[in-house]
Amino acid sequence: MAAAARAVPRALREAAAAFSAGGDVAAALGALRAALEAAGGAAALAERERAQYGAFLRRLVGNPDSLPAPQRQRLWRGFFAEAPAALGFPVLAEAVAAPGPGFCLTMVVETLEQFLQEGRLSALMWEVCQQQAQDRSPELQETLLSKIVCLPDHVSNKLQGKNPPVFFPQNYFPLLGSAIIQVLQKISDSLRGGLDCSISFVSHVLGKVCIHGRQKEILSVLVPHLTDVTKSDCIWQRICWRLVECVPDRWMEAVVLGFVQRASGADVLSRLLGNLVVKNKKARFVMTQKLLLLQYGYTTAVLQNVLGYLSLDSLRRALLIKVLQELLETWGSSSAVKHSPAEQQQYISKAILICLSHLKEPEIESCRQELLASMMAGVKCHLDSSLPQIRRLGMIVAESISLKINTDGPVLKFQYEEDNETRELKSLLVQTPPCSVVPSLPDDDRNERADAALPVVLESNEKPHRAAPVMPDEESDAELDSDDDLIPYDMSEDKELKTTKAPVYIRDCIEVLTGSDDVDKWDATIKALENLIQKNPAATREVSVELAKILLHLEEKTCIEGFAELRQRAQVAVLITDPIPVAQYLTSQFYSLNYSLRQRMDILDVLVLAAQEMSYPKIRGKNKHSGAQKPCIQLLPGSDSSKDWRRIVNERIKSKTRRFAKGQSEVKQDSVPNEFNSIAGHFFFPLIQNFDRPLSTFDLLGEDHFVLGRLAHTLAILMYLAVNAMAVTTMGKALLEFVWALRFHTDSYVRQGLLSCISSILLGVPTEHLLEDTTEELLETQSWLADVVEKDPDGDCRRLALQNLLLMENLKKKLETVPS
Amino acid sequence: MALPPPDPEFVLRGTSAAVHTLHFSCAGQEPDFPILFSGSENGFVHVWNLKTRRVDTALDGHGRKSVYWVETLDAKDRLLSQGRDQRICLWDLAEGRTSVTDSVFTENVGFCRCSLLKVAQGRWLMAMAAKSLEEVQVLELPSKTSVCTLKPEVGAKLGMPMCLKLWQLDSGSQPWLLAGYEDGSVILWNLSMGKALSQLVCHQEPVMSLDFDSEKAKGISGSSEKVLSIWSLNEQQNLQVHKIHKLVNSGISDITIRSDKKILATAGWDHRIRIFGWKKMKPLAVLDYHTATVHCVSFSDHRNPTERLLAAGSKDHRISIWSIYTQT
Repeated sequence: MAAAARAVPRALREAAAAFSAGGDVAAALGALRAALEAAGGAAALAERERAQYGAFLRRLVGNPDSLPAPQRQRLWRGFFAEAPAALGFPVLAEAVAAPGPGFCLTMVVETLEQFLQEGRLSALMWEVCQQQAQDRSPELQETLLSKIVCLPDHVSNKLQGKNPPVFFPQNYFPLLGSAIIQVLQKISDSLRGGLDCSISFVSHVLGKVCIHGRQKEILSVLVPHLTDVTKSDCIWQRICWRLVECVPDRWMEAVVLGFVQRASGADVLSRLLGNLVVKNKKARFVMTQKLLLLQYGYTTAVLQNVLGYLSLDSLRRALLIKVLQELLETWGSSSAVKHSPAEQQQYISKAILICLSHLKEPEIESCRQELLASMMAGVKCHLDSSLPQIRRLGMIVAESISLKINTDGPVLKFQYEEDNETRELKSLLVQTPPCSVVPSLPDDDRNERADAALPVVLESNEKPHRAAPVMPDEESDAELDSDDDLIPYDMSEDKELKTTKAPVYIRDCIEVLTGSDDVDKWDATIKALENLIQKNPAATREVSVELAKILLHLEEKTCIEGFAELRQRAQVAVLITDPIPVAQYLTSQFYSLNYSLRQRMDILDVLVLAAQEMSYPKIRGKNKHSGAQKPCIQLLPGSDSSKDWRRIVNERIKSKTRRFAKGQSEVKQDSVPNEFNSIAGHFFFPLIQNFDRPLSTFDLLGEDHFVLGRLAHTLAILMYLAVNAMAVTTMGKALLEFVWALRFHTDSYVRQGLLSCISSILLGVPTEHLLEDTTEELLETQSWLADVVEKDPDGDCRRLALQNLLLMENLKKKLETVPS
Repeated sequence: MALPPPDPEFVLRGTSAAVHTLHFSCAGQEPDFPILFSGSENGFVHVWNLKTRRVDTALDGHGRKSVYWVETLDAKDRLLSQGRDQRICLWDLAEGRTSVTDSVFTENVGFCRCSLLKVAQGRWLMAMAAKSLEEVQVLELPSKTSVCTLKPEVGAKLGMPMCLKLWQLDSGSQPWLLAGYEDGSVILWNLSMGKALSQLVCHQEPVMSLDFDSEKAKGISGSSEKVLSIWSLNEQQNLQVHKIHKLVNSGISDITIRSDKKILATAGWDHRIRIFGWKKMKPLAVLDYHTATVHCVSFSDHRNPTERLLAAGSKDHRISIWSIYTQT
């Protein structure tokens, strides 16, 4: 045996000499093969011989031509096939990456393909792992590592389009994944056999693949398998933990994110990662900071995985509380509420709710005061926001926190509309039961808590169910058939019968509204008022300002359904009947002392609605229907006027878009003069004049930014409705100045209003005037818009700005096509 | 979204006075046409042909005093009518005749409608408010002999009887009387013993109307209040309140349970007819057509259940005819 082993170096030397001297290569190789066989195969070589063998293979790769032609392929391949994977693979990979002269690419690639298909990748890694246990040359491993991971890139670089499918990343990395599984299997076997084994090379491979952006391919193979084998096997669990722990810090983030996104549940994640967050700083940073506070693109399931993972071990629970505190800090910071996008705030709210669902009674007890403090701060700045979505988020989170910290006392309760989003958020407060039982968990406790939290959601779901009331009837079990086959008719009209008669004259109405204590009469009056005003324009004109004043100051005496809308309709009717004096009155009141924000916003709404009706003569006949469908602009602040605006712009865009396939299907309306045109100025200018003069009770540029936002939207709509009016150019100019003054306002609702103003200007003012009179302003605005598109944190603002830029672009094009 | 409530099938106009009572007679075979009798405030009983939707005959027998109860004895040609002239008339309407063949002088000045129960072929019991204020008298028809007089105990202070309902569990068995009184109580009377078995105070105001379902031993009553009271009769012949159903507006002038015991209708002072499922008092519909108080509601006795109609008579001189929940 020893003699045979000695024969190998000699044969190697001779073969090398044959290559360099150009001797009988075939004979030398034949001798080498014989010697190797005698020594028991290439795998059995000692270290020195291995190095020599490696050098020989390198030489062989470079000179395939020196082999005798007939057996060239077979012989050449034979050497690589028989060589140990750790020797043959790097030589081949190197040859692909940096080909030498006289090198046959196809042969190398074919050999590599065969190598992969025979599954020798796992053999390769296993060899390295074994060597690693004996602690050998890290540099060599490093090169090997990059060869394994970058092989698809190298091969495709060389072969360009003719890459064999096995080297496609979507094929190669799953293959690599299954090779890793095989290696892990071997490691597990050898551990069971009592042998030491190093896993770090596999971890390196995994890390490097992940950082190269191939998490999806490799982990989609690895994670399901690992999930499966770790279910009941603690050795596998240990292997898995080690596998992740050994990933170098610089690749840790990619690996952890991959696992977090692919694990099918928090318990699975906990099994796969162990206490990684406690041991590894980088992983802790990723899981507790980056993923929760810095990024917000992940799904709710990922959040649930991460936070559930944190809650599943006593060591990690401390982190969970810390995370919750940090989340609450962000949630309660007014700057974050103001400047971060709504999506991120929603993400953080979700995370808070999930955290709360995991907390236990004693833990809450320990940080109740802090929770309370941050809740108070957070509610305040959320309710300050002018975006309804943010306000609602604040309400939901605050309700949930208060529910958790006041187990017996009164809890916070807000009024908001239920929709899918709120239901989803609230459902997060209830833990989904783990799909497989994790033995180390105090499960009963968890379920109890879930039960305790359940009524919250049930309560919120109750409303839809209530539509079909099921009476708790003691006989119900005895009576199988019931009334249910009788379908009730609509009974919404079934209201209390009114006996009082509504007044018939406007002056009577004024009397009732100012002086009367008769609630029924008052009620009937407010309901009849709009109709009366519309029927008696002459009589209304005599008292129009007085009536407008009464209506503006009218308070709801008793609970009347739709009071706000009734009052608004009446106000609009007065304004339409006698536009100039009433508009003067209303706009002057908007900037005067001692009005509530509510009243000021009423003024704005009334101006807009009246302007709208006057400029669309066709809908005036259908007033009542449109009023009924659009319940109370006032009750849904924020969303409505901006939506109006969007609808208008959409219509406008639609009308400007030329469609070839469609004929002109619209029937032409009878043309009616636009009543709003002549009086647009009376609506517009008094409103825009005084916005920068703070009063003692009203500061548009300061605290009352919500009204400022409404004002901006109102001006935008008025501007748009005044299209073709005489004053439109002056209005546009004034509005541009208004926008310019406020363009860096911190509130996104205000900015949205300003952007709508710009759209209205672009659509409303005739192009020639716009370019003649306001060229500089337009250019400035354009650069501001470009800035908003890039940098604004609010998605709606970005979208609006982009739309504006498009409109500008269209204007420019139009100008080019029309020769001036 | 639930369907809007239906409109009336048709409306009968022409009584030229408030309608106080209605009675269908539709069980006859072809070529008989369905008939609706209506009694109105001007003392006429109108016979409506429901095929032509016209008045066939107008019967004038109560001296222009309001008619507030009409009922047929088996066939449509023998009609009982009760008027404010304190008389109950028996009409013979066969072969186009319109004559009063018999009459009972009640000497009662109240508004209490009579109640009729057929106890055997050609033998009826009729309960009516009697001359003295609190009493109810039961007569046998057609002989007009008094069966019993039901007097409340001395000092009971029930006030006048307001509404009556004679019933028996099945034909041939003992007849019972339910009477609603002015003080808001309902009393169950045993006719053979002439004794009050059970008294239930179910309203604060006079009981305006009641109806009883003998199969389920459950009844319903309405008053001038905002509630309907549903009560039941237990094995020990005790009345007890089962449920109180709140209404939107106060005042119920008539309640009728349909003969199949599936739905019931109420006539409201708020001009509306309300339909409920009888089993659970599930509100089913609010029929809003009339412009004044609805005085009476009545279900037709068509043999084919899908043809069944509901009629309501109102102070606005109209009779509205509805076809509702006929498929069940």
